[in-house]
Amino acid sequence: MKTASFETLSESRAEVPVTFAGQELMLPEGANLAAALLAAGITTFRHTPTSGAPRAPFCMMGACFDCVVEVDGITRQACMLTVTEGLTISMPQEGADGS
Amino acid sequence: MDHDLAILGAGPAGLAAARTAAECGLSVVLLDEQSTPGGQIYRDVDRVAPLRGDILGQDYTEGRTLTQSLTTPGITHITGATVWAIEEGQRISYTREGRGAQLSAGHILIATGALERPMPLPGWTLPGVMTAGAAQILLKQSGTLARRAVLVGCGPLLYLIGAQMLRAGTPPLALVETQTRGDSLRALRHAPGILRGWRYALKGLKMLADLRRAGVPRHTAAHDIRITGTDRAEGVEFTAKGQTRTIACDTVLLHHGVTPNTQAARSIDIPHHWDARQACYQPQTDAWGGTTLPTVHIAGDGAGIGGAKAASLAGQIAALDIAHHAGRLPIGDRDLKARPLLRRLSAERAPRAFLDTAYPPFAQALTPDDSTIVCRCEEVTAGDIRRFATMGCNGPNQAKAFGRAGMGPCQGRYCGLTVSALLATANGQDMDETGYYRIRPPLKPVTLGELAAMDTAQDAAE
Repeated sequence: MKTASFETLSESRAEVPVTFAGQELMLPEGANLAAALLAAGITTFRHTPTSGAPRAPFCMMGACFDCVVEVDGITRQACMLTVTEGLTISMPQEGADGS
Repeated sequence: MDHDLAILGAGPAGLAAARTAAECGLSVVLLDEQSTPGGQIYRDVDRVAPLRGDILGQDYTEGRTLTQSLTTPGITHITGATVWAIEEGQRISYTREGRGAQLSAGHILIATGALERPMPLPGWTLPGVMTAGAAQILLKQSGTLARRAVLVGCGPLLYLIGAQMLRAGTPPLALVETQTRGDSLRALRHAPGILRGWRYALKGLKMLADLRRAGVPRHTAAHDIRITGTDRAEGVEFTAKGQTRTIACDTVLLHHGVTPNTQAARSIDIPHHWDARQACYQPQTDAWGGTTLPTVHIAGDGAGIGGAKAASLAGQIAALDIAHHAGRLPIGDRDLKARPLLRRLSAERAPRAFLDTAYPPFAQALTPDDSTIVCRCEEVTAGDIRRFATMGCNGPNQAKAFGRAGMGPCQGRYCGLTVSALLATANGQDMDETGYYRIRPPLKPVTLGELAAMDTAQDAAE
């Protein structure tokens, strides 16, 4: 696997399993979800409804809505969420298995 | 009324205002989207300062003196609260933990701070392209750093994040800066201002020296900048000194200034005017932050860009005025307490003219090429907006009907200024004539489930 574009300074957080678009990931519990996904090597968070272009976090402060993902059937801004154990995340309007 | 004062935003303006108002005897409720106080500038400072204060620097760690404001008796801090409506200048609707809620207050202080100025360049919607502010938030809150980043744009924040990345051991690959020698010469007119703000000037020079010593290349007066890549950013192409080059990278961090976040103020029809020097719309406020609505004040960068220190002073000044209007502070006492604050605020603002002139927004990002996307949400290009103008579109609100610009979930936060500027140029009007998107609640998307789960005072009474 290609090295992630981001790295995280150690904060000694416990890692918990989450699923992103069908992929199992171990992310630091309590961390900012968008930051944790970036550090885990996720580059595309969603595809736009208009052209299908890939998108990823842009503002990290809840303003741009480019990092929206789907959790429990509701689209939410990943930059405003916290990593919790067992979180199941999918790309909006795409299946939880990434299809 | 549930409270004497409701404050939107727990950044420097909101925190300082909360303390001052509470000290005057007002009951204060402070609503903020984040789970910890500090705003974007002091994001998560209480937890993070001991962890990586050495990387982030003293200007960040000293934010703890502001977050300590919350220990003042009489302040209720509601965290994780997304405000989506303000009604009659006194009632606030918000969502917290999946439930809607409302509260009322005699006065409201809008302290919603700043947003990055949109910087539409070819390729700026690709994954891997972020704002410099986003990189700072990643580093502050999460300790997350881009490994191979190029910083693009202009202004002191670009140097700050570059210096912080350097201290963290992941220096940027390069700085691609857009300001020109002409900008620097024009800025010299405002040199007296920078002399009054010499501490800032010294810090800027120190950061530049550190970056130079670390061997981080700087390319100034860059133009024709584009981000290359198909599914993600792979490089930055630009021309400088007559030479076109490409720097391969994974991450591009954009910045050419910040602008007031005016969504809340616009949603309650507070008039806004174009400020040519800061190249942004500002809400109409008096010296106390008072607006055309007697119950609403605005303080901090949301009223005009001045930085964190200016914001905390403006927050205190607004709080004194609110305390006066709430009948808790005689006018003489208000004026006496405000006098030293107003003097310090003027000193804080002194370097702004120099900075605004030395680092003007990148001209080609204010008037992008036809093929460049300006509305990220609905993928509307600059060429689309110009075409709408030839079809008779004379303002941003009509542009929504012509092609959905500004109608996506960000509600124009990252295209509004560009769309207004493109239409103003195309129609030969100025920015005030052209105007801005009409902002209507909900200010942030709210689900039916959150509305259905709403607690209201009425329900409680029944």
